[in-house]
Amino acid sequence: MNHDSYPDSYIRGILNTVKTIAMVGFSPKENRPSYFVFKYLMERGYRVIPVNPGHAGKEVLGQKVYASLPDIPEPIDMVDIFRASESALPVVQKAISLKPRPQVVWMQLTVRNDEAAALAEANGMKVVMNRCPKIEYGRLSSEISWIGVNSRTLTSKRAHTLGKGVQRMGLTHDTVQGGTTAATDIAQKKP
Amino acid sequence: MADAERIPGFATLSIHAGAKPDPTTGARATPIYQTTSFVFDDVDHAASLFGLQAFGNIYTRIGNPTCAVLEERVAALEGGTAGLAIASGHAAQVVVMHALMMPGDEFIASKKLYGGSINQFNHSYKNFGWNVVWADPDDISTFEKAVTPKTKAIFIESLANPGGIVTDIEAIATVARKAGVPLIVDNTLATPYLCKPIDYGADIVVHSLTKFLGGHGNSIGGMIVDAGTFNWSRDRKYPMLCEPRPEYSGMVLHETFGNFAFAIACRVLGLRDLGPALSPFNAFLILTGIETLSLRMQRHCDNALAVAEWLSQRPEVAWVSYPGLANDKYSALARKYVPKGSGAVFTFGLKGGYDAGVKLVSNVKLFSHLANIGDTRSLIIHPASTTHRQLSDAQKVQAGAGPDVVRLSIGLEDRNDIVADLEQALTA
Repeated sequence: MNHDSYPDSYIRGILNTVKTIAMVGFSPKENRPSYFVFKYLMERGYRVIPVNPGHAGKEVLGQKVYASLPDIPEPIDMVDIFRASESALPVVQKAISLKPRPQVVWMQLTVRNDEAAALAEANGMKVVMNRCPKIEYGRLSSEISWIGVNSRTLTSKRAHTLGKGVQRMGLTHDTVQGGTTAATDIAQKKP
Repeated sequence: MADAERIPGFATLSIHAGAKPDPTTGARATPIYQTTSFVFDDVDHAASLFGLQAFGNIYTRIGNPTCAVLEERVAALEGGTAGLAIASGHAAQVVVMHALMMPGDEFIASKKLYGGSINQFNHSYKNFGWNVVWADPDDISTFEKAVTPKTKAIFIESLANPGGIVTDIEAIATVARKAGVPLIVDNTLATPYLCKPIDYGADIVVHSLTKFLGGHGNSIGGMIVDAGTFNWSRDRKYPMLCEPRPEYSGMVLHETFGNFAFAIACRVLGLRDLGPALSPFNAFLILTGIETLSLRMQRHCDNALAVAEWLSQRPEVAWVSYPGLANDKYSALARKYVPKGSGAVFTFGLKGGYDAGVKLVSNVKLFSHLANIGDTRSLIIHPASTTHRQLSDAQKVQAGAGPDVVRLSIGLEDRNDIVADLEQALTA
């Protein structure tokens, strides 16, 4: 997989397949990005299990926080890594040892570790790096278009709503590539 | 390449970007959501929206689904990460600077700008403690010399009003990068059809949508486009973006929103608190205009070149300033930045001076004598007797509004009719 640029079909496939997500590096503080993503994904119907040894045993929005991936007593489909890039490798090593093995390793925006990615891929897992699942869900569902963000998609198909009002939308309608943001992609690669 | 990954062309984006079928009704044209407010799904949803934890609609001063289509449309056409629609081009500039500047800060601006912007920067901004330092786009070293530790941004126009000036965006972007500040480009006169400043290093693009993007002279509007290229946290110079915000319980916008954080800052700190929201009805009219942008802009440019060539042969005309003319001072820059055409706004000088200018604007029958530009209709103004009349003759010349100067905005009428009207007015 080319980790500089993911086809929308790859991201959509992952977000349409996984159901249970373990979030490593979760923060219970309401103004932190990981809390945003945690809450947003739960509201979109995913089961999200927070992982943070400093908050193990607490409950946040009804979800129990675990100290480490092996402590989670149920199968996980995807591990979402909210840690510095250099900390991604040991998380991936733990993820590989889980039974059953998760299908996806996802590293958040600004997190990229090519060694960890290669290890995960060699063990049959799909990898996404330097992306946010909330932004990607918002982009592919068109929800993010409500705040003027270039979703980089075009479609003549209607999005379906998830119920509970019209401001939550699903991912089942198809889209094609829209306006690209080459300049920002180049800028992100600079130190 | 798989079909889903083909990159669509400009005309396709002009029609489709941002405009998805309405999720509830299936409406294909963009509906005009003429409402102040939007009901929440439940209390928790309301809390998520107010905390910026969910994407969605609250109140039209902060965002509106019709305006959002316009935002995504222009962002996509410019190659930016996000847009923010706003009440006018002037409001766009205020909200951009509000996100960047603290009292006592400076920004560098090209002295070849729309007169209204020169006025706004020189006078209105003083009340905020934002200090403009002028530089000359014909001498890039003046930008370099103007940089100080207080500099927070550089502001230029791609094609500069009153027309006939092409700015070397890439050279000034190099100065901005070296200074560690964002480059803001007003792309109103070029539109993304002729020039995409982000491709040349712009970090922020602003527009008056009132002009060619709307294109029909019926709606005032503005736009801010975030290129997603600037690192707001690197030098910690931009507290609106890199510091915890008390307005949002300590959230850091750059950390939370990544490469579209600037557009979010303009929305949730600028538009929300300063209040210049765009009406959804105006957004609808401007969107309809943008659908034909590529067709209109090419015709505007082709007509303008024909008129400029015709004027340059006339005995009554002393000079014509249009970069599309082969011998023009800006011809080389025009070939680089606006190869499809040099826009439709330009100036020319009358040998008969002030009186000839007054006579010309009085005698036209098809051209409209008014202060706007970028309309389907051809427009004319004699700045010395109107917009710049309170200045001394020396000040008029410096502002590009000498007594002999006439500004045209060439419309979409038949070329022969545009020329015939100028001919009868010049010889009447």
